[in-house]
Amino acid sequence: MAAERGAAAEALVGQVVLPGDLLLLPAHYDEDAEGERLRLSAGTAPQGQLLCGPGLRRSGAGLLVTKCGLLRHRPAGGGAYWVDSQQKRYVPVKGDHVIGIVTAKAGDVFRLDVGGSEPASLSYLAFEGATKRNRPNVQVGDLIYGQFVVANKDMEPEMVCIDSSGKSSGMGIIGQDGFLFKVSLGLIRKLLAPKCEIIQELSQLYPFELVLGMNGRIWVKAKTVQQTLIIVNILEACEYMTAQQRKQALAKLSGN
Amino acid sequence: MAAEVAEAEAADGRCRLRRFSCELGLLSRPDGSAAFLQGDTSVLAGLYGPAEAKISKELPDRAALDVLLRPKVGLPGVLERSREQLLQQTCEAVVLGVLHPRTAISLVLQVLSDAGSLLSCCLNAACMALLDAGLPLSALFCGVTCALQPDGAILLDPTARQEQEARAILTFAIASSEKKVLMVTTKGVCSVQEMQQCLAAAQRAASTIFQFYRDSVRRRYSKS
Repeated sequence: MAAERGAAAEALVGQVVLPGDLLLLPAHYDEDAEGERLRLSAGTAPQGQLLCGPGLRRSGAGLLVTKCGLLRHRPAGGGAYWVDSQQKRYVPVKGDHVIGIVTAKAGDVFRLDVGGSEPASLSYLAFEGATKRNRPNVQVGDLIYGQFVVANKDMEPEMVCIDSSGKSSGMGIIGQDGFLFKVSLGLIRKLLAPKCEIIQELSQLYPFELVLGMNGRIWVKAKTVQQTLIIVNILEACEYMTAQQRKQALAKLSGN
Repeated sequence: MAAEVAEAEAADGRCRLRRFSCELGLLSRPDGSAAFLQGDTSVLAGLYGPAEAKISKELPDRAALDVLLRPKVGLPGVLERSREQLLQQTCEAVVLGVLHPRTAISLVLQVLSDAGSLLSCCLNAACMALLDAGLPLSALFCGVTCALQPDGAILLDPTARQEQEARAILTFAIASSEKKVLMVTTKGVCSVQEMQQCLAAAQRAASTIFQFYRDSVRRRYSKS
């Protein structure tokens, strides 16, 4: 595939790329002898450094694609390229908000299953208003919504339920009842996009509580068990339904 | 279920490949799955990973990859074990295991029907399953089987009957980056020149297979 070696990155934005494809960056990015450094120059070249996102790795003169998917580009702030891929398995990333299930209490630390390759650890002091005397009431089997402070390939992931200012801002133990289920990571990203149509249409159907974890887990709670299960089924089917089919299904349900 | 089917045929002079067909993401439990058909040979592959590894099996600097090949009938024997080793070597050469140390990646292959070129069908199914699971790869790979007939003619993608009549059967695993050879296995007797000729024919056929991969993935992403 001689033609695939070194195709221009801009030409492939929005198209499917496969692992092994080499993307060449525009000429005004690498003028140095090493070819690796990016120069900040006034004029047409964007300010800032080029960001190489998920699915891409720097290699020599360009970016090597490592996952299959659609190539995306964001021109703001120096530009960023990444690959939008569909995946089921979650890999912990620092800053992600996820839903974890408590599997063990080991002294001062809880072990949570977040769907990755290792259980994450959560200290009992990482809750809002928690002190050594005032411990949070967490049991094995509880659901916790928190974010990662440490998540890389070399260390065990660590979670907290407070943000940098010490407030919980929506994180913590998820209440009783409700239903937890798993979907693909791509659907979660779609649901978390601003002004998501699916959530707006569902909220017109019944009132419900929803927690979305970046690890593919969704927790739903509505007034009755039947309403909860209906919402669960619609969210699971959203992966395969087109917008038209979804509107038809919702119209049928609201008619009932 | 999101299932894609795509077909490709190649007429490369004398070297023809059989009809291909591929379905991605057909199993709900594994992280990645693919079913690959070459003519009448079909293999189903399921991939789990990167998952938690047993302490005895985990490697400190990269992911531990293991392959299980299940025959259509009977228990796995020595032939399956040797094929598992070949598949493991090929997969380890392309998977970027350093990004996931101390994890385990398991690939399970089930032979659904065997009508010749089984090992190359397993290689193709394994590559599609790796693509479907979203594991980081440095390149793609494909498998091509060549049969050397007693008169010296080269047949690509032989059927079971052609394999029986052949003097030698060679299977190549070829990477998408500059068509490098990742793995070769031979059964029978052939000279060095014949092997070079088979390799050249396999590399030509590999282009067709990689184009087929691209079309399958394109079809899958066009739906969402």
